[in-house]
Amino acid sequence: MPIDQIAQYCFSGITVGSIYAIVAIGFNIIYNTTGVINFAQGEFVILGAMTAISLAAWMPLAIAIGLAVLITALIGGLVELIFIRRVKRPTVLRLIIITIGVSILLRETMLHVWDEKVHALPFFTGTEVSSVTLLGAHTSPQVLWVLGACALIVAGLSLFFKFTAPGRAMRACAANRTAAQLCGIKVRWMVTASFMLSAGVGALAGCVTSPVTQTQYDMGAPLAIKGFTVAILGGLGNSVAAVAAGLLLGLLEAFSISLFPLAYQDVVAIVVLLAVLCFRPSGLFGRRDAHVSGEF
Amino acid sequence: MRSRRYAPIAGLVLFVIALQLTLSATGTTYYFTQITMSVYYSLVALGLCLLMGYAGQISLGHAGFFAIGGYTSAFLTTHNIATSGGGSAVRWLQQFGLLVERQDLYGNTIVHLSPWLALAIAMALTTAAALLVGLPVIRLRGHYLAMATLGFGIIIYRVVLGTAGLGEADGFSDVPPFRLFGWLEVNGRKPFAAQNYYIAWTLVVIVMLLGANLVRSRVGRALRAIHENEEAADALGINVARCKLTAFILSAWLAALAGVFATHYRGGIGPSEATAFKSIRYVAIVAAGGMTNLWGALAMGVLLNFLSLRGVFGSYDDAVFGAILIAIMLFAPDGLIRVPRLFRRIRKKLDGSLAA
Amino acid sequence: MGRWLLDTQGLNRSFGGLHAVRDLDLRVAEGHILALIGPNGAGKTTTLNIIAGALKPESGAVRFQGRPITGWKPHAVAALGIARTFQTTRLFPRMTVAENVQTGRHIRSRAGFLAGMFNLPRTWKEERAIHDAALAILEKLDLAELAETPAGNLSFGRQRLVEFARALAMEPSLLLLDEPAAGLNIYETGELARLIVKIRDWGMTVVIVEHDMSLVMEISDTVVVLNEGGILAQGKPSEIQKDAEVIRIYLGEDHA
Repeated sequence: MPIDQIAQYCFSGITVGSIYAIVAIGFNIIYNTTGVINFAQGEFVILGAMTAISLAAWMPLAIAIGLAVLITALIGGLVELIFIRRVKRPTVLRLIIITIGVSILLRETMLHVWDEKVHALPFFTGTEVSSVTLLGAHTSPQVLWVLGACALIVAGLSLFFKFTAPGRAMRACAANRTAAQLCGIKVRWMVTASFMLSAGVGALAGCVTSPVTQTQYDMGAPLAIKGFTVAILGGLGNSVAAVAAGLLLGLLEAFSISLFPLAYQDVVAIVVLLAVLCFRPSGLFGRRDAHVSGEF
Repeated sequence: MRSRRYAPIAGLVLFVIALQLTLSATGTTYYFTQITMSVYYSLVALGLCLLMGYAGQISLGHAGFFAIGGYTSAFLTTHNIATSGGGSAVRWLQQFGLLVERQDLYGNTIVHLSPWLALAIAMALTTAAALLVGLPVIRLRGHYLAMATLGFGIIIYRVVLGTAGLGEADGFSDVPPFRLFGWLEVNGRKPFAAQNYYIAWTLVVIVMLLGANLVRSRVGRALRAIHENEEAADALGINVARCKLTAFILSAWLAALAGVFATHYRGGIGPSEATAFKSIRYVAIVAAGGMTNLWGALAMGVLLNFLSLRGVFGSYDDAVFGAILIAIMLFAPDGLIRVPRLFRRIRKKLDGSLAA
Repeated sequence: MGRWLLDTQGLNRSFGGLHAVRDLDLRVAEGHILALIGPNGAGKTTTLNIIAGALKPESGAVRFQGRPITGWKPHAVAALGIARTFQTTRLFPRMTVAENVQTGRHIRSRAGFLAGMFNLPRTWKEERAIHDAALAILEKLDLAELAETPAGNLSFGRQRLVEFARALAMEPSLLLLDEPAAGLNIYETGELARLIVKIRDWGMTVVIVEHDMSLVMEISDTVVVLNEGGILAQGKPSEIQKDAEVIRIYLGEDHA
């Protein structure tokens, strides 16, 4: 394969992989604070993008995106308040089921509020035909925005969790809920905060990749599965590993086009998921026994 | 004691007969079709109920097993084996009566596998798939199995959607009837509507019988024990992983069986049977019926599918099931139907009035 | 067959930086009541969990009747006739008391999925036997009237008793009890003591991890004192009570 084609696949893979990584980070944030896998994670991504697309008709792009991220974060918090918090005797089985229900509800709402057509945000810089040349390959400048946003999110979250009080509080909840409560941390609000944070981060990712991957109301579910695959691949709860795993999966998918017909591309991610679950459920970088059956 | 266990099933049989007479009185076979399909779908729900309620595991890919059953049977009973060569194998199969010769839609004569053989192959494939998916993840925490089954379901969907030999987006549409024995046949022809109605219900009644027995048995206790407290069950000598896996395989078999029969009944199958929405729908049905409640799963399975097939939910079909999932988890996590409790209350009242 | 019903050799287990069990050589004689005592963190429950198969040791061996069972899974250990109770009662709350105890008969019965589904005469007989055996145990423990009550509805003390009954239903040769007296009042503890002695008299061997010193000293044949993962002292209750080292670790330097 000629070098510039390899580079082409690489950029495509990294772009897609970044969004998977961010969805995975969203999973990890909620999982770390609550132990729940939020099946509706993918919908937040799409919701953010759709909201931004509508808002962008009336205001400058940057403000539209900022507002969309905020609105989606609020919706994430609402989801937690209305649905998750009120489950009586919340076993993991019940919480999984309810987040599935939420994901369906969000998706159908998006279908009826918007429509089933494909939309996209305008390119941040330039148009769909502008390109920059990197390592002999032509790629859209949007890719740089995607990578930049991904790096920003990862860096921002690291700083947030390490140096800010709310961030440390959330980590405390993840490590030991009871102890956190005894320290005066309002665990319930931390849970809400984690949903808001996840939703906001997902929305940002959705906005930044919308020009390249485009946005349609039902893209949330496949994103959720791939995001989950990446989260597991890196080790559930480990967000830095998620980035590496995301890029890995993105590259695998991109290069698989050269081997399989396009129709089977999604299958690659799922085969990876099943393989990881089979051989190394704790992920590439996870703790050995974190995954073993205890409760549920 | 045994009469207590089987009395509800006798009640079911009476209900089924009463329903059939009512439907026949309407003079149209329209309702028969929808009820019969709903009954086949609730067979899937029954298997899932065993898995979710008793083994406490969740599967988000059961539509995939339904599809494996249906598609395998459809393919093997419409594929003209004569074109595939292998003359000696064909003759050998013919000797055992495992081949059927018929005219297809276009008037050509084709030779295909007998539906019984197709059924056996479908079940074997289902077992293999269930082992492949279940074996690695059964020891892990529940959301891993949830994701693995979701992934499995999507793979099946992609495969049937994308493979030309399986009809791609159109699926199969000239699947022949399934001759059970003598004159008893699973088909979609109008004069046989009542017969097919009874075939579907017979399967369900058998499953309810076996299920009622299983729940009260040593294994039933083991499964419930696993669901309530896995560590304690382990310490009592229950092989947790093996129990869960067996429950998973059983539930897969039921889904595949439903797939086979439903496909012959409708004369076809399409990719829409394998979507994640379908899988989630089955989960919603079981949750609404009460996860440990076989009767609940049956009632909800028939009711909700019937309403859905009638188009009562309109374009909000998926949204309704999503809302059901949420509402049940929030307001009635043990399900809506508590038939055993109902029976107990009736008995108590009867005992009370008898003693008085 | 070895002389000991159960023995461990050089067991080691750490959790992160904490070396919970250190080169432990524990020996349990048949028909004895052996108490495992020691301050918190001494490794008592960890040892119990390793024997029961709930934890894998990092090194060392566990032998039951001379046969190595190191690293066996809990259900396999249970099938050998080793029953255990837990620190926090782990009943099946939505199943009745009778059903809980019937589940205890799991290793003494055979009906599988197919037999259960088809419910043939052989299976009825087995079920009948299971029901009867469970009821017999409930009667021995004075719990028979509660047979049809959901286990989750019982008082704490009664729940403990049901967990006992369930373990006894296994007809174990070795019974591992993890702090059975925790949360019981004086009267209940007295009942417990009588019950454990009765169990020993029925032929079972009991290993009990406990903090309640009066219970331990009253009923044990052997007392093993653990400290920081290793055996500090072992012997008859009267000897242990006078042991200077034991007194020191429990009550502090001044009292030695």
